[in-house]
Amino acid sequence: MWSAELPPFLLFYLGAFLVLFLRGWLRALVMLAIPVLGGLHLWFDVAPGIVHSVGLLEFDLVVMRTDRLSLLFGYLFHIAALLAIVFSLHVRDTTQHVAGLVYAGSALGAVFAGDLLTLFLFWELLAVSSVFLVWARQTPQSFRAGLRYLVIQVLSGVLLLAGAMAYYWQNDTLAFNHIGLEGVAGWLIFLAFGIKCAFPLLHNWLTDAYPEATPTGTVFLSAFTTKVAVYALARGFAGTEILIYIGAAMTCFPIFYAVIENDLRRVLAYSMINQIGFMVCGIGIGTALALNGAVAHAFNDVIFKGLLFMSMGSVLYMTGRMNGSDLGGLYKTMPKTATLCIIGAASISAFPLFSGFVSKSMVMSALLKGEHHIVWLMLLFASAGVFHHAGIKIPYFAFFAHDSGIRASEPPRNMLLAMSVAAVLCVFIGSYPLWLYSLLPWDVDYMPYDTTHVLAQLQLLFFSALAFVWLNLRGLYPPELRSTNLDAEWFYRRLFPAFYGRLLQGLSFIGMTSGGFVRDRLQTLLAGLTRSHGPEGTLARTWPTGSMVLWVAVLLGVYLILYYL
Amino acid sequence: MQIEKKQHIFDKPENVRLLLRIFYSICGILFILDFVLHRHVEHPWEHLWGFYAIFGFIACVVLVLIAKEMRKVLMRKEDYYDVER
Repeated sequence: MWSAELPPFLLFYLGAFLVLFLRGWLRALVMLAIPVLGGLHLWFDVAPGIVHSVGLLEFDLVVMRTDRLSLLFGYLFHIAALLAIVFSLHVRDTTQHVAGLVYAGSALGAVFAGDLLTLFLFWELLAVSSVFLVWARQTPQSFRAGLRYLVIQVLSGVLLLAGAMAYYWQNDTLAFNHIGLEGVAGWLIFLAFGIKCAFPLLHNWLTDAYPEATPTGTVFLSAFTTKVAVYALARGFAGTEILIYIGAAMTCFPIFYAVIENDLRRVLAYSMINQIGFMVCGIGIGTALALNGAVAHAFNDVIFKGLLFMSMGSVLYMTGRMNGSDLGGLYKTMPKTATLCIIGAASISAFPLFSGFVSKSMVMSALLKGEHHIVWLMLLFASAGVFHHAGIKIPYFAFFAHDSGIRASEPPRNMLLAMSVAAVLCVFIGSYPLWLYSLLPWDVDYMPYDTTHVLAQLQLLFFSALAFVWLNLRGLYPPELRSTNLDAEWFYRRLFPAFYGRLLQGLSFIGMTSGGFVRDRLQTLLAGLTRSHGPEGTLARTWPTGSMVLWVAVLLGVYLILYYL
Repeated sequence: MQIEKKQHIFDKPENVRLLLRIFYSICGILFILDFVLHRHVEHPWEHLWGFYAIFGFIACVVLVLIAKEMRKVLMRKEDYYDVER
């Protein structure tokens, strides 16, 4: 259609600009055409091996670098953008439409960036464009959550820039290939990626901001930022051992929070960290099978997590509520949404024939092959846990459980369509994994469907469900309660502000007590200044020109005398 | 207000009971299949009969019980961060 060297983000930015001036069905048409045309172009016209750069000052910015890894994420982001755009077609808000397109475009810019400077530019554009999807909710909470989100994302960008500069100084190149943890540059870049990837203790921007965004905005958010980070880690830090343990921690700790969290979109945010943990773990192992598993899981996660966020977005849009304690019984009037949500839940839980199964099992197999037995057990625990909190809890508390009395109808058709397409993709990839496997960057012969795997997974899941049923019937399952659960964010949302507040209080106390003394001194000083410089002051008088000439003559005279002495 | 008369599928206790019975049967069958089917396993623990079933059950019970205990330490009011103090 057009030159294969043209970077895909251009089309999205151009579209975002057009959308500013279009209204109604014309805007919808343009918004739909962008991911469709861009995706088809990428699929048919763009091959691996392209390197295209543009000059900026003394640097060459590599804006288009294609290989199988970047192309896979390129396809994925076009699919994700299309799903999110269809899902948000009914929204009458130019800000969200423009922000969504710029955001998706920036994600594409980042995965096709061939050098660290270009990556940094799109890294920051991702942050700046996506925050509007949070602010568009227009509540005080979303405004504050958006600000916190922006600060942390921009900080990640600053670290990346510092890392890129150090990297240039160390290696005399900015090319974005394997980086590794050698030297300051490696660690700075690692930390920058880690923030966006929601590493433990750096993860709260995700659980803070995503649940505060608009019903449609969260669908965009869930697709891009963290997956760009996963891509960047896969390219820059494949086989870095510490990632195995970071990933294992990421799979395990969020599931505890997910069990006691009331806001169902926050439950999904925690479960998102859990899923990214599987990818990070795979990247850390670094074998071809593990890396394929990691990126394949990223591919599937965007679709099933998108589907889950869409189903919860529909519930929020139709009922105005998102707390598990307020919802329940919605299957009666929203059976289609409930069914689609269950398909997403089955996919994230990695049921055989659903997409999560064909990618998660690759990471698990790679762990066993690499003899990481403890980590394998942790991930197995997390697999059981994810079914528990995302697979059962989300559909159960929203659509079943006790009857909340809410009788909301099904969401608009565009929302149902987007969810249906995502659901079909989940089942298609799960039932016919060869399609996805043929796109994976590394050559691996892997088949997820054998008796051992399928039986093991089914046993794990059904007995996890049995635990849920048993705990529920015995009344041991923790009820959904309106609450806030403390997490690492406590440090910057409570401790630092409190400390800062005390500091201000202390300063003002010092000011109050020593005020009298300082005021007296100041008044004396002012009085002195007024005497000499005030309207009647000696130094403020106007002097006749003659006297000045006289004084100059005196000075020159003195100078002459001194010279001859 | 119109009083809703329509009975939905899970409003009837017998339907819930039926669903649970089917679910228990599947669990039973899956457990028994472990003894019937030949499996090629990689981890020594996988040799144990019903390893995945028992692991899944215990994992989830432990998960929920620990999470309940966490609530005692971590749970605050919903507006915890919104209130100035």
